[in-house]
Amino acid sequence: MALTNDMIRENLTGKFGEVLYDWEEPYGMLTFSAPKDLNLKVLQHLYDDEVMAFRFLTDLQAVHFPDKKGAELAVVYHLHNLRDNVRIRFKVYTDIQTPDVYSATALFNSANWMERETYDFFGVNFIGHPNLIRVLNVEEMDYFPLRKEFPLEDQTRIDKDDEMFGRGTY
Amino acid sequence: MGEGFMATNFEKVVSLARKNSIWPLPFATSCCGIEFMATMASHYDLARFGSERVGFSPRQCDLLMVMGTIAKKMGPVLKQVYLQMAEPRWVIAVGACASSGGIFDTYSVLQGIDQVIPVDVYVPGCPPRPEAILDGFMKIQELVNAEGLRRRHSDQYKDLLGSYGIQ
Repeated sequence: MALTNDMIRENLTGKFGEVLYDWEEPYGMLTFSAPKDLNLKVLQHLYDDEVMAFRFLTDLQAVHFPDKKGAELAVVYHLHNLRDNVRIRFKVYTDIQTPDVYSATALFNSANWMERETYDFFGVNFIGHPNLIRVLNVEEMDYFPLRKEFPLEDQTRIDKDDEMFGRGTY
Repeated sequence: MGEGFMATNFEKVVSLARKNSIWPLPFATSCCGIEFMATMASHYDLARFGSERVGFSPRQCDLLMVMGTIAKKMGPVLKQVYLQMAEPRWVIAVGACASSGGIFDTYSVLQGIDQVIPVDVYVPGCPPRPEAILDGFMKIQELVNAEGLRRRHSDQYKDLLGSYGIQ
């Protein structure tokens, strides 16, 4: 029998109870959130369980929600069950003051570079990552450019007149 | 003096030779590089200007042609390529990105290669047409022709390089 979203939800609720929240199915893709200290337990269960068998980490990234006080950074995992061809999305939220999330590198090797990238752009501190340094940006960069408080444009330059580029103060 | 001879000075002869045998080093990172390929090909034919010999080794080349977006992470690489070229050397920034960062006014892109190396000629355009690249190339030829033998030894030139932290 093919794996359905209802079966996944039932299985996870049976294992973890009501701590998993925000269940939704945008475009048919099951999505839910968990407390951040449970992220590895959930991933491990999804990996080990014979019925679930989510053994491929498609993607891992972060999103910054500046207005969500105490849960500004969301770390998002995309998992794929290759046997039944089912995908799910799973999020944990963390405070931007203490952006510590357990690293999934022990479980998925593909998490290594993706967590480095997430650290590079959002400053999520993945605990247990073997080599958490910048991967795409220059080493000297002293901020995390995809956090919303940093404007897209390079703030150090002086040769472009803001008003001429339509972003001055009027 | 009879037919086939002319009187000139050494400096002019050297300038003439340099001007008509500029070996370009293409540093092409994006679409401007594609326009350069068209410039090299038969229709526009950069060889007409004595530059059919495109070298891919900085040690042999006279003209560094930077074509395309240069990310900040690539800045040191570009500078190293420039340092590996022997004097006299010239630099042409082809296209908006190499000249000023272009549309990529963002945290990861170098806002003009003149932040890391000195530039002789800027070619605007996004990307510039081959005619524009040829025009920029001819401007370089004018510079090469007009440059005296002693310019590279002048204090001004050393100050210029010094401002980029070279030598």
